[in-house]
Amino acid sequence: MSKSIDQIFISAKQWLLSWLTGAPDWVIQVASSLINIFTLLAVFLTLFALMSVLERKILGRIQNRYGPNRVGPFGLLQPVADGIKMLIKEDIVPARADKIVHFLAPILIAAAAVLALGVIPYGRNMTPFTIDGGILFFFAVGSTTELAVFMAGWGSNNKFSMLGAMRAIAQMISYELPLIITVLPVVMVVGSLNPDAIVAAQNGYALGLVPRWFVFTPWGATAFILFFVSGLVESNRTPFDVPEGESEIVAGHMTEYSGFKYATFFMAEYIGMFAITGLAATLFLGGWHSPMRALEFLPSYVWFFAKLSALLFVYIWLRGTLPRTRVDQIMNFAWKFMLPMAFTCVIAAAVWHYAGRGLRGWLWSLVVIAIVYTALSILLDARRKFAPRTYRFAE
Amino acid sequence: MIGIGILKGMAVTARNFVGSYFEKERLITVQYPEERNPLPENYRNFPFLPYDGDDPHAGLRCVACKICEKECPPQCIYIVKSEDKKPDYMGKPQFYPAVFDIDISVCMSCQICVEVCPFEAIKMDKDFELSRRERFDALLLRKSDLAKSNEYYQRICPTDAAEVDAKLAAAAEAAAKKKAVSAAAATAATSPAR
Ligand code: SF4
Ligand code: SF4
Repeated sequence: MSKSIDQIFISAKQWLLSWLTGAPDWVIQVASSLINIFTLLAVFLTLFALMSVLERKILGRIQNRYGPNRVGPFGLLQPVADGIKMLIKEDIVPARADKIVHFLAPILIAAAAVLALGVIPYGRNMTPFTIDGGILFFFAVGSTTELAVFMAGWGSNNKFSMLGAMRAIAQMISYELPLIITVLPVVMVVGSLNPDAIVAAQNGYALGLVPRWFVFTPWGATAFILFFVSGLVESNRTPFDVPEGESEIVAGHMTEYSGFKYATFFMAEYIGMFAITGLAATLFLGGWHSPMRALEFLPSYVWFFAKLSALLFVYIWLRGTLPRTRVDQIMNFAWKFMLPMAFTCVIAAAVWHYAGRGLRGWLWSLVVIAIVYTALSILLDARRKFAPRTYRFAE
Repeated sequence: MIGIGILKGMAVTARNFVGSYFEKERLITVQYPEERNPLPENYRNFPFLPYDGDDPHAGLRCVACKICEKECPPQCIYIVKSEDKKPDYMGKPQFYPAVFDIDISVCMSCQICVEVCPFEAIKMDKDFELSRRERFDALLLRKSDLAKSNEYYQRICPTDAAEVDAKLAAAAEAAAKKKAVSAAAATAATSPAR
């Protein structure tokens, strides 16, 4: 019973494809891909709509407000209203903009975000596109976002757009490094770049109780946090939303976009967020595995989306907590803290592996990480000098 | 240690988030069209014309003296004096405004018209739900829109209304006494001659 529910989407797809029996192979393949693509888009666009309203509600609650509650029951139809508003707005293209680049940027950014979704395993046998180098593909596609952002900034022919794009590029490139290096230990330990293999490697329970997710090892936990923070930066979320700092540069690279193109940017940002949290869940939180043997009767995709939602909630929670950081703070943090810690994770994972992947390895890798973390904390604290503040007044 | 401050901050927001579901007093938002806060007594926005009794025409206190029209800084009052007269609250025949318009898109709620009116005939209203689909005629309040009963005034500004009522009653009493005295004097003056 639970097996068939677990595989219900696969069976549905098989059933749909059974209509095509007898057709040439390539037709079936194309049809299968199209089904995958449409399902992905449908699921994630719904999730985007839901997230946009839930985010506002959660932020509201954090600030002791109600949040949107007027359109539909509990304000759940708010995204529909927003969508209609966005669609019927005038689409303005600046007269001196580089029209083609300006037009292509939102398409490229949305395409990159959606492509990245394709390699994530959403459940047992539910990877839309199985690629051996899936992780590599994810990051290759993910870095296209930077190009799109720069196209938007450059094509708009506006100083705010340009500044926003420069900031976005600066921080995205700086954090791409820790983002990818924190994936390395997982890839090292599993020995594969295939997301399915990584999920499969996290199957089972240590001591019959604790799931063998990588987040429960010291290196995994550290790498997870670093990955999470870098993911925040990559998706331009608060506290790292300098590229769109409203108070400084209007809306950054999106300044000159209006109507549906603006909505596309917005959507791409959220879908990129889903992709990166999905990857975080896959790499460190055991993908679609359930946390307890007793709970295994729930379908695998339920677990995946539960983990995804939990991570997204933390994203929103952080956004409700932290103010925007300065550009120099972001850069310092990337190069002085994130990068050394990411390398430490690689070393700690190696220590864990060679110490036998057991309790001994667990302790040794914890020691490695604790030493580096303390050293970095002390070092960075000592470097921080506060000059006496001087005030100058107009005379 | 790096990161401790962030955890502390997140604890604060988590407390707010969870607390807002359990402690009603955290959510101070007034859900406006369904719930509303009582307006303070001294709130004012646009003028209206209080009338005594139930007939807006007979009870209207305004005598069309046009003082308010002249004093209104943005000149948003328009009055046309009547040809005939009607008795006021003391029974004295007075003119009344045949037309009394206030353009509330121009009115700046300064209350000067109220201050200068010698007849307590214009007061400040508290009705603020005045959004309209059209911005010219719909925002020009006619005499029929402006005339509101004295009970309404007593309801929206109890203190001021009581003061005004007492003043008018005293004036009416004084007038009645004066009338009685002069009537007595008239009878006294006429009787010897008879
Ligand atoms: S409140 Fe002021 S602006 Fe409005 S009608 Fe009276 S005098 Fe004119
Ligand atoms: S409202 Fe008062 S001041 Fe204005 S015309 Fe009437 S009586 Fe005169």
